[in-house]
Amino acid sequence: MISFLLLFSRQGKLRLQKWFTPTPEREKKKIIRDMTALVLARKPRSCNFLHWKDLKVVYKRYASLYFCMALDDEENELLGLEVLHRYVELLDKYFGSVCELDIIFNFEKAYFILDEFLLGGEIQETSKQIVARTIEASDMLQEQDDHDNSEWYEVELFG
Amino acid sequence: MSDVVEKTLTALPSLLALDSTQQPLSGGKLSSASKLGQLIRAITELTSKHEEEKLVKRELVSIKEQVSSPNTSMRQMKELMVRAIYCEMLGYQASFSYIHAIKLAQQGNVLEKRVGYLAVSLFLHEGHELLLLLVNTVLKDLQSTNLIEVCMALTVVSQMFPKDMIPAILPLVEEKLTHPKEIIRRKAVLALYKFYLVAPNQVQHIHNKFRKALCDKDPGVMSASLHIYLQMIQENPEPYKELTGSFVTILKQVVGGKLPLDFNYHSVPGPWLQIQLLTILALLGKNDHSTSQMMYEVLDESLQRAEMNHNITYAILYECVKAIYTIHPKTDLLEKAAKCIGNFVLSPKINLKYLGLKALTYVVQQDVNLALQHQMTIIECLDHSDDIIKRETLELLYRITNEQNVVVIVEKMLDFLQLCRDEYTVADLVGKVAELAEKYAPDNSWFVQTMNTVFTLGGDSMLPDLHNNFLRLLSDGTDSVEDTELRTLAVDSYVSLLQEDVVHTLPQPFLQVISWVLGEYSPLVEGLQTITVLRLLLRLLDMKQSSSDTRIWALAAMCKLQCGGGGGPAAAGLGGLQGPQVQGLGLLQDVCERYAASLDTVLRQKVHELQVLGLEETELRAGVLLSPPPEPLEVDSSLSFLDGFVSEALAAGAAPYKPPHQRREELTQNKVNLEPYSMSLSVSLSADGQSPSMLSVSSGLSGNSTEEPTNNRGGSGSGLKLDGVRRVWGKDGYLQSPPPPPPPGGRGEEGYLEEEVPCSPPTPPGGALGSPDSTAGGGGGPQRATLPGGDQREKQRQQLASSLFVGLGSSQSSVCLMGRSEPTPPQRFPRGGGANGQGSSTVSSNDITVDDRTDTPRHGHPAVDTPPNDPRPSHPALEDPPPTDPRRHVHPSVAPPPTDPRHTHPALDQGDLSRLQPPSDLSRLRRSDIVPLCSSGQGGGGGGGGGGAVSVSGCHVYGEDELLLLLFLSNASDAPIPHVHLDVSSSQLQVCSVSSAPLGVLQAHSVEVCQYSLVMETPAARVSLSGSVSYQPAGGELQSQSFTYDALSLADFIRPFPVTTEEYGSMWLSFSHDTRQNLSVCRDADDPLTATLTLLRDRLQLHLVDIIGSEGIATCRLLRGQPCLIHCRIHGDGLAVWLRSPVPELPDCVLYHCQRVLTQDQS
Repeated sequence: MISFLLLFSRQGKLRLQKWFTPTPEREKKKIIRDMTALVLARKPRSCNFLHWKDLKVVYKRYASLYFCMALDDEENELLGLEVLHRYVELLDKYFGSVCELDIIFNFEKAYFILDEFLLGGEIQETSKQIVARTIEASDMLQEQDDHDNSEWYEVELFG
Repeated sequence: MSDVVEKTLTALPSLLALDSTQQPLSGGKLSSASKLGQLIRAITELTSKHEEEKLVKRELVSIKEQVSSPNTSMRQMKELMVRAIYCEMLGYQASFSYIHAIKLAQQGNVLEKRVGYLAVSLFLHEGHELLLLLVNTVLKDLQSTNLIEVCMALTVVSQMFPKDMIPAILPLVEEKLTHPKEIIRRKAVLALYKFYLVAPNQVQHIHNKFRKALCDKDPGVMSASLHIYLQMIQENPEPYKELTGSFVTILKQVVGGKLPLDFNYHSVPGPWLQIQLLTILALLGKNDHSTSQMMYEVLDESLQRAEMNHNITYAILYECVKAIYTIHPKTDLLEKAAKCIGNFVLSPKINLKYLGLKALTYVVQQDVNLALQHQMTIIECLDHSDDIIKRETLELLYRITNEQNVVVIVEKMLDFLQLCRDEYTVADLVGKVAELAEKYAPDNSWFVQTMNTVFTLGGDSMLPDLHNNFLRLLSDGTDSVEDTELRTLAVDSYVSLLQEDVVHTLPQPFLQVISWVLGEYSPLVEGLQTITVLRLLLRLLDMKQSSSDTRIWALAAMCKLQCGGGGGPAAAGLGGLQGPQVQGLGLLQDVCERYAASLDTVLRQKVHELQVLGLEETELRAGVLLSPPPEPLEVDSSLSFLDGFVSEALAAGAAPYKPPHQRREELTQNKVNLEPYSMSLSVSLSADGQSPSMLSVSSGLSGNSTEEPTNNRGGSGSGLKLDGVRRVWGKDGYLQSPPPPPPPGGRGEEGYLEEEVPCSPPTPPGGALGSPDSTAGGGGGPQRATLPGGDQREKQRQQLASSLFVGLGSSQSSVCLMGRSEPTPPQRFPRGGGANGQGSSTVSSNDITVDDRTDTPRHGHPAVDTPPNDPRPSHPALEDPPPTDPRRHVHPSVAPPPTDPRHTHPALDQGDLSRLQPPSDLSRLRRSDIVPLCSSGQGGGGGGGGGGAVSVSGCHVYGEDELLLLLFLSNASDAPIPHVHLDVSSSQLQVCSVSSAPLGVLQAHSVEVCQYSLVMETPAARVSLSGSVSYQPAGGELQSQSFTYDALSLADFIRPFPVTTEEYGSMWLSFSHDTRQNLSVCRDADDPLTATLTLLRDRLQLHLVDIIGSEGIATCRLLRGQPCLIHCRIHGDGLAVWLRSPVPELPDCVLYHCQRVLTQDQS
């Protein structure tokens, strides 16, 4: 099971956080601090796996953004790496060559995609097409609803 | 932190500018258009954390205003919610918006709902109270005709849902399992998986629906159901063995590319599915030959197919290898898997190398040769530039440590520790070093040095257990020559450590260890002047870096030294002051003066003790402190030694004892008029309220002041005398009538301090129970008196040198790293009972409580964190005269623990379980069937050594207040098997070995029985134990076998809890955790309620309190734990059951078992 997923920038700025196990606020802050410090200190071309307490941490850098998640002990680290990769692929498919800014400004979309991909810390759907279709279906509703051209929604159409 | 943020803030604007030129649409337009965009942009333009804080606070205030305004539309609310989420992500609390998130999910249209649900899932967690308000919304959405709404509801339910409310939505979620849309079915399955994790008993009845999901035509739904199966199989594989065929078929289809292309990931078919199936198969095939046979073919195929050079195929390969090494071994598969591990280890890709090392660590216990094959790579990895690889290599080395390579390996580990900064890693590794050092230390001085390094590096983060274990090891020795050497070496090394300038850099716990050891054993060292040690301790005391705990330890040590030195009677002369003490006097008087006014009360108390015992009343000291240490204390917590006494008292007309709550109950219920008795009662009750020790101090003093000392045993004129002083309190409170004097000859009413009684405790009445076993003692004084002469020490040193040499040699040649050519010598420090790392916790905590109550500091079992903090007077002489405190009645010979739990049985054939018998003292207890756990006749993982035929079987025995696990190790071969070592552990249970010594040699055709006592700390419906047995047949390789014992469930840990209806009533109100559910009843009986409750009582060991009309109450308690109250009422056709307990998990678990019993009964 996945315990949490964090996205943060090269500067250690948090971009997305998803906690799959109940974690107290204070603990969350500590984890975020530890994770950014730990991961950002890694040299390029080092191993993508780390230990943090009794969790396995798997991280990978995509452009300016670090994707970092913690797995239970019995999980397969390499597979974890591919989970991250599949998420990036999903984001990419949705946003069309995704960049950090897409995630900064449309973070709720990134969450929606994540919720279709992972559920309760387990893989829900691995098919890119199916996830994309589900998100599209929800967005379609949004579009119909947004014909009154509010600026906020207009922006989303560019996504 | 703040400078990181500042850097970020300064860097971001340029980043933004850069990116927005590339992507003018997503960046530029949005940031200017929306309020969120404005906020994000504004924040990136700031230059300091302080400004950010100001801005976000302002933003939050404005959000708060708007959300609470009645004019805000749902659409605006949605936008506000997104902003609130953003603020929370920055680390600012927006808790005011939580309720509005719920409202949005409730009232918004589909889009707003979506954001509402998202905000809820990000803001709240499953225990949050506001989540209750979401239940109705979820209910409504689950019944919606809009698929998207149903999806959203299922998504939020799978992420968090209040546990108690699961029954409310369960039928709706179940219904969705047959929904035509696969996405809905998939989410419903995942929601049920979540429910299963949170409250397994709630979804128990729908297991056949899981089966249907497994057979779903949509692969997505099927793979979602595997989560549940994996979880259930992890808990108990037995019921699912029959599914092995189906899992194998599914895996075959997936591997064969029968899935829709959608499921391909980088042209690999269904990798996630494959890995899940492999994990499941590994669990099913573990220790099961016939099940394993079914999967050999598909595992082989998976290995073959996964050839492409991509991470995902490596992930599959890794899982395959793990499965192959977990299930019953098959030679050609093992060869292929070994080759695969080789490829991983040798891979230039660092991630694969890492996994290769992990796989090696996993298999090395079965197959040491594999590590040998890759030794050069392992050596390279030790010097790898990436710490993670190094750390993993050390983990591997830790698994293959033996007597010959321990020195090198520990050195490597310590090298790594020197540079390691991560607290968790340090604590973990330091524990491992300590374990290895204790297990395999080649000699005493190496051990002491290593432990010094461990304590120094471990700092404050290491587990206090390590310190305690070390001190215990020093104080618990069995071989006096060896131990004396160890002790003197420790003292020597500490004296030289303290003389250096780095003392102030040493961690506090280490200083405490040093203080204790110096106080205890420095008199053992010839030529070391007490005054020297006192000066060193004084330095610790005065050092400004010392914590107050450390000061107390140091002061206690000084007190011990001044009061006549530790280490047994040889070093401690009786009578007046000795030379060094006179020297120390001035120094100590100075200490007393300076610290007598300390603000720390405990410290001040120690100073006072020092003054009284060390400087003034020498007679008292001679009586109290200079007697030899008593035999190790055995605690009879059931107080069974008082049985005779109690029955005599009862026969003499005393009122039976009632626990305090019962007395209180009776007092209030019977409306007894308290007035006439108020005087005496209040006096005794006030005594009752005090701690027993306090009370005994006062009674002791009064005894002393009012009565003439008449008896001068022990040569002390001022000994406290308590003859004739009335005892007014018992273990749990006031004794209603003064108990008659105890039987003559026992530790009776003579008010003598226990320590004044000569060395061995008096023979208790009815001495048939035997005298204490002197060899089990902690190295008696007389033995220590025959201190090793110089030549003996010299001889030892030579031995050490030669063994060190062997160790050092192996550092040069990597071959020796795994060298196992010689038979391994017996463990250096036998880790029986108390010293054993895993099983020690119960023992140690017991010991500690006993010790700090009963021992003088001089021979107390040290516990780094307890004694000095103990506000009670630490000298038992002043503290409690023995007869007054039942807890202090320590009769080593009454109710003895099984003296040797390892009864040797006559020879028997392997597998003949009927001939295995528990030890005679347990034979009258109820026990489970003996099941075979593992046997090396068939196992061995290709170790090749052969010859050994150790098999392990086990059963559990239901003791009245304990659950014992018996493991039978039988040797069916014709030769004795040396070096047998058994390890048992469990993540859910406290496992504590009752055996007194390690196993050692297993004679030919014999059976040894090992006993473990099991305690469940947190209730769990199912538990399992895992263990391993290792041994080395003569001339063969070290063999190791692992096994799991999963015949245990919560039901084995509960016992009846007899209470009256009134007690039940008052407890019911005081317990806060409850669960309710409707269960089915035994229908065919005349009186269904009684029949059902009787059934439950018989199967689950409940105590039936009362049945009145259609209601019944029963109780049970967790062994050594808390009670659980059960209330049942016939309700329609069913039985409404309501359980309460002080422990949150217990009601659920008990309910689970009730449900099982009733379901089984019906089928």
